[in-house]
Amino acid sequence: MKLLKIAAYTTALFSLTAMNAQAGTLEDVQARGELNCVVSTGIAGFAAPNEDGRWEGFDIDFCRAVAAAVLGDGEKVKFVPATTKNRFTVLNSGEGDILFRNTTETMSRDADLKLTFLPVNYYDGQGFMIRKELGVESAKDLDGASICIQTGTTTELNLADFFRTNGISYEPVAIETNEEGIANYGGNRCDVYTTDASGLASTRAALEDPSAHIILPEIISKEPLGGAVRHGDDQWADIGKWVVNAIIAAEELGITSENVEELAAAPQENPNINRLLGTESDMGAMIGLDPQWAVRAIKAVGNYAEIFDRTIGPDTAIGLERGLNAQWTDGGILYAAPIR
Amino acid sequence: MTDTVQNYKPGEHPSLPPPSNTVGPIAWIRENLFSSPTNIVLTLVCAWLLYKVVPGSLNWMFFDAAFTGEDRNACKAVADGACWAFIGERLALFTYGFYPAEQRWRVNLSFILLIAAIIPVLFDNIPFRKYGLIYSALFPFIAGWLLIGGFGLEPVPTSEFGGLMLTLVIGVTGIAFSLPIGILLALGRVSNLPLIKMICVGFIEFIRGVPLITLLFIASTMLSYFLPPGTNFDLLLRVLIMVTIFAAAYMAEVIRGGLQAIPKGQFEGADSLGLKYWQTMRLIILPQALKISIPGIVNTFIGLFKDTTLVVIIGLLDPLGIGRASLADTKWTGLSTEVYLFVALFFFVSCFAMSRYSLYLESKLDTGHKR
Amino acid sequence: MSEVAVQQPSSGGIMRLWNDKESRSVIVQIIAVAIFFALFFYMGRNAVSNLETLGKDISLDFLGQTASYDISQRLIEYDSRSTHFRAMLVGILNTLLVAFCGIILATVLGFLLGVFRLSKNWLTNKLAYVYIEYVRNVPVLLHILMVHGVIIHTLPVPKNAISVSDSVFLTNRGFFVPKPLFEPMFWIVFGLFVAGILFTIWFRRYAKNVQDLTGKQYPVFWISLGAIIGVPALAFLVLGMPINWDIPELKGFNYKGGMVLRPEFIALWLALSLYTAAFIGEIVRAGITAVNWGQTEAASALGLTRSRTLNLVVIPQALRIIIPPLTSQYLNLTKNSSLAIAVGYMDIVATVGGVTLNQTGREMECMTIVLLLYLTFSLIISTFMNWYNKRIKLVER
Repeated sequence: MKLLKIAAYTTALFSLTAMNAQAGTLEDVQARGELNCVVSTGIAGFAAPNEDGRWEGFDIDFCRAVAAAVLGDGEKVKFVPATTKNRFTVLNSGEGDILFRNTTETMSRDADLKLTFLPVNYYDGQGFMIRKELGVESAKDLDGASICIQTGTTTELNLADFFRTNGISYEPVAIETNEEGIANYGGNRCDVYTTDASGLASTRAALEDPSAHIILPEIISKEPLGGAVRHGDDQWADIGKWVVNAIIAAEELGITSENVEELAAAPQENPNINRLLGTESDMGAMIGLDPQWAVRAIKAVGNYAEIFDRTIGPDTAIGLERGLNAQWTDGGILYAAPIR
Repeated sequence: MTDTVQNYKPGEHPSLPPPSNTVGPIAWIRENLFSSPTNIVLTLVCAWLLYKVVPGSLNWMFFDAAFTGEDRNACKAVADGACWAFIGERLALFTYGFYPAEQRWRVNLSFILLIAAIIPVLFDNIPFRKYGLIYSALFPFIAGWLLIGGFGLEPVPTSEFGGLMLTLVIGVTGIAFSLPIGILLALGRVSNLPLIKMICVGFIEFIRGVPLITLLFIASTMLSYFLPPGTNFDLLLRVLIMVTIFAAAYMAEVIRGGLQAIPKGQFEGADSLGLKYWQTMRLIILPQALKISIPGIVNTFIGLFKDTTLVVIIGLLDPLGIGRASLADTKWTGLSTEVYLFVALFFFVSCFAMSRYSLYLESKLDTGHKR
Repeated sequence: MSEVAVQQPSSGGIMRLWNDKESRSVIVQIIAVAIFFALFFYMGRNAVSNLETLGKDISLDFLGQTASYDISQRLIEYDSRSTHFRAMLVGILNTLLVAFCGIILATVLGFLLGVFRLSKNWLTNKLAYVYIEYVRNVPVLLHILMVHGVIIHTLPVPKNAISVSDSVFLTNRGFFVPKPLFEPMFWIVFGLFVAGILFTIWFRRYAKNVQDLTGKQYPVFWISLGAIIGVPALAFLVLGMPINWDIPELKGFNYKGGMVLRPEFIALWLALSLYTAAFIGEIVRAGITAVNWGQTEAASALGLTRSRTLNLVVIPQALRIIIPPLTSQYLNLTKNSSLAIAVGYMDIVATVGGVTLNQTGREMECMTIVLLLYLTFSLIISTFMNWYNKRIKLVER
């Protein structure tokens, strides 16, 4: 009987440890001194390790911006590569703190998968890439085609909807990663490769002869890509949200990684700049950070335009135009909520 | 004829040479290749197969292959065959993964230490074998410290492990830990304590009933749910645990076979000597049972070693993963055959060596006590 | 327990209990079970509290929702409007399909390899040996990827398909074969075929009885062949070949009509069969060599022909040795089929454990379903093989 008691005590002890209240993500990250950022396993321009093994790309820079704002150093990031398949699990299970992984914001992901999305940092849409020699000009001519598609993505669902709506048939070829996609499309297993237009540009750049492939004009879906955090920690979600807004607003306000320190040294004429850079009122305190949070983020990776041009812009191998992703003042739809 | 002198005694006729058609290469060929119509057909079919496959493959692999070159096009310009330059350029990546370049001496040192640790296990006639074995048992921990760092070495995150080194890390850890766990599980399964037996049987049958890949998925997606909030332990560690318990369940079944082959008299003899349970097991039963199960144990090791490739599916970069990632490089697209053959060669050499060793052991340990 | 305590009231009571074999085993077991349950409870508790923090619950409702994804290789009607449950069924059937086809092909190839390994023909013997050693020592995942690579890279695109008599087309998009369209009359032929099988089963028994009683032998093989194949074939011709073929045709990107085997299925099927066959080959060889040579000699002494010796003496005994390891090879093949995900064949792991898991975010439920399904398959296969093993077991008289 005594032993049973001991067993009962052990059990109780175990359950006690389990009931430890969960600290906020911010405290966790600060205590750890490192931000765990969920990224892709490799999409050139968005997130990929370079030859020296350093992660680079559009999504990577947003991770670094958050790390800079929270921890003061854009290098204090541990990148957790995730496939399209396990990305949300990795985030939800607490292995990652924040996710920047070409992820489309949708209602079911927000509500049912228990994610909180950060502001959109890239407006994308799903397109099709096909060999020029096949002479196809519209996605509606793709009846009967074999289409390589990454499983577990919104594109998979859009594709099914698109073909169903247009009453044409296709053969889906399920692939797990972009590399597999390149191998299958390159090996002519499929006629068409479909994913977000930005991903297509990146994939096309990786093909043997990029000029032999065209991206069809149709964009069949809206793919607002943004970061995400777990449900239930509003403060942490706010941090992510306002770092992204700060990066976008910095471009609008003309703040760059070059001049940010200078502008933050003393209050400027423009109160918007002052609020963002913490020289007027302490906006940082509202999200649990110090006044310099945005300065560090911008200093680490630059404003939106700098990030874009460095990683996926027209001068890079990916060669994407700003298009929809221009500031609202330049005819795009990038529109950061005001920081005040 | 009649006037030939018989120069031997009756009954002692010297042996005549065998008929000329039963010795020599011709006879061998006739005996082994063309002894019956079926045999002739088989021989012809095999010869045709060889003729079809061998020259082409050899040409592709060696004679028409390019061993140097900047990229795929450079290869194709020189030769029509394989482009081994690709493997050459990526060899460091295949070996070390993303392990930091200036720290690679640690991996090399572990390779050397690994060889030193294997020797006392393989050969029983070397001096100081006892100490050698203690070292072998400690090796996984030494190598772990060397590779991960800490205590004076610069820490290297396990996410940078990759290539052959990752395969060896998983393989050696699995082998080192699955054997003791497997022995315990096997003892539990044949134990006469019903509850312990039930737990062990349940565990073994559950693990053996599901594919390793699902266990790896659980390790990569679900395991964190079962741990206290905020615990965050390394993906590689989780994979190691899963691979180890997977191999341990198979190991347990192999060893159980050995245990069941031990005649009851051995247990009774030990009892009559007044030995306790663990003494009986340690001194009498396990030495015999393990000896019987050695072929099975080595086969489990080979299986485990081959199964390490599955980690590529959950995103770890073993040689196969490195190969597939490298294929996405514009410079080298379309060279999958080279990658697959290279990785296959590595596994073939390792596993074939293991299976030969097991055969050698089997014949050496065969002391004629077969029942 | 209380008795012991009375005898030795001090702290020695526990020691006393410990030294007593009976009570010690009870104690050890209680501790083991307590630890086991504590661990179980602990993990369950963590899972519940973690899910609560995330605001998730555990329910299977998602199975009724629309799956919205397409699956190219399927045995039952399915489209993107079907439910996740139906997607799961498609996955289960796909796993069963590849496991079933794989087991059959692997068994056939494996027995051939085993026989080749025993062949007196040096060349055949060595070739089989090289093949077995190569295949066994290379991971199955690599075989799958290699076969997939070969199919994709060496076979032509549909436009330049390799055609066999203009009805079967081999392309890297799949093997297109004509699909039989049965006219109503065909069912008569089919009925005769089934009747033929039933007749054969009865006839074999009857013939054996007659032989046991009178020693009279019927040409069982030829009569069976006639009943199963001959009669239906005759009926087929008499009824004017009541069957039409839907022959695949190149339309646009791809062949349409007919039946198609996707390269993913072929790659997985071939690779699993070739891999498992190597193991089965070794098992068969070991099984046949294990039958005592004296048995063969005794059989020839009785005047049995070589084929009768094999059929009646050697193989029945070898089977007893072969069946148990063969069972575990079948189980391995079924479990290895989960590597389908590496080439994108939509099996259980790729449907429920893959896309569905991903679209719905139900890791717990989906992975549990996957585990349970595999456990069920394992159980079914091993039960069946155990039953078969028992049937052929040596009956000691």
